[in-house]
Order: sequence, then structure tokens, then C-alpha cells
Amino acid sequence: MHQYVFVVIGVLMAIAAVRLVTTKNVVHGALYLLMVLAGAAALFILLLAEFVGWVQVLLYIGAVVVLLLFGLMLTRAPIGRTALDNQSRALAALVAGAIFAMTSMVLVRAFDGQMIDFSQTLAVRTLGGVLFTKYVLPFEIVSVLLLAALVGAVVLAKRDE
Amino acid sequence: MMPVTWVLLLSAFLFSVGVYGVLARRNAVLILMSIEVMLTAVNINLVAFNAMLRDVEMMGQIFALFIITIAAAEIGVGLAIVILIYRNRTTVTVDEVSLMKW
Repeated sequence: MHQYVFVVIGVLMAIAAVRLVTTKNVVHGALYLLMVLAGAAALFILLLAEFVGWVQVLLYIGAVVVLLLFGLMLTRAPIGRTALDNQSRALAALVAGAIFAMTSMVLVRAFDGQMIDFSQTLAVRTLGGVLFTKYVLPFEIVSVLLLAALVGAVVLAKRDE
Repeated sequence: MMPVTWVLLLSAFLFSVGVYGVLARRNAVLILMSIEVMLTAVNINLVAFNAMLRDVEMMGQIFALFIITIAAAEIGVGLAIVILIYRNRTTVTVDEVSLMKW
């Protein structure tokens, strides 16, 4: 059962990702990105990470995609392949293909035969416990980082008087 | 039970598609979108390894949460820079912003 769900989600995500980098219309690109991120959230829930899945929905689908759409609307992006893509498309495809071939070869050789057991449960309670005991210092540092990013974004985008 | 290589191959594919997007696109917002796809691929990897290793400390999921947070910060600052460039140059095409390039 889990395998079929994974294959459906995976194929949808792969198609959406390819369309995202080849589409001629930037707003369609944002909607394909939404599809990739929603697929990733579904995959997280499938892979026993419910909390990460819902954080993905809230943060990516709720905030990042809306922010990117605002960015597209504010910058008046042109439509069409020549306006959106540069001349080195073949080279880029070559580099991406080489990266995929190399990483997939290494991953298959290293992890062939390892299985994910879906009968186990990974409780959110443990995640919260570990996050607020062992990883509490990184957690606080990340919140300071978020504050700095917030202030930085406001300072950058503010109009000078 | 499912082989972990399926998930790893999907995430490797998404990562390379993101690399292609970053290299082949000219529009800065589309480059940011491709970067998001790459970060999502990394998160899928971390969560899959967490499920495979049955980690009681949930290291993979916690790393994924930190990466999501940092990606949100990155996209905020990145879009602010893109809007600033648009205001100064009326374009977000990255090859035309070459003032500091030798």
C-alpha cells in the first residue's frame, strides 16, 4: 500500500519539478512549485514525520509560495522562453544529468537492500522533547537568525526618504 | 516495507532538476524557486533516513525543521534583494545585473 502511494506522489512531484524549470509562464511556475512542496508534505507524512509535514504545509505552502507570488507580481516578469532561460540550457542539462547519475549511483550502491519499516511509530512527543532539551541552543540561535532576516528584509525593501 | 533507495532516487532527481533550474533560468525569482526545490529534496532525504534508522532522537526530522526555518529566512531576504534590484534597474534578469562582474 505504502509503495503505491509513494509512486503516485513521486511521479507527480517529478513531473511538477520538470515543468517548474521548463515552463514559459512564471505564475505557472509558482503553481508547479506549490505542487512539488505539497507532494513533499505528503511524503513527509507517509515517511512517519507528521509534524515536519504540517510545518511544510504551514511554512512553505502558506508563506513561501505566497511570498514568491508577491515577488513575481511586484517585479513584472516577462513571458516566454528566451526571456526566462539563458543560452547555456544544454550545458545546464548536462551538469544536472551528471549530478543525478553520480548521486544515484553512489546512493544505490551504499543503501541497496535497506528498507523503511512503516509499522513503527515516531511520536511527535519525542520530537518536541529532544528539540527543547538537546537542541535548545540551536533552536534559540535559529530564532535570532529569523529575527535578523526579518529586520534585514525590512531594511532592504524599505524606500529611502 | 519499502526500499529506501526509491526515496533517495526521487530526492536526487529533484535536486538535479533544481540545479538545472538555477543554471538555466535568467529570472531571479525562478532561481529562488529552484533553490527551494533543492532544499526540499534535502529534507526528503533527511526524513527518509530518520525513518530508515528508526532514530529515537529524531535527528533527521529536527535537521529538516531547521532547514525549513532557514529556507524561510533565506527566501525573505532573497526576495527583498530582488525587489531592491528591480527598483534600481527595472529588471530581475540576472545576466543584466553585471555591474560588479569583471
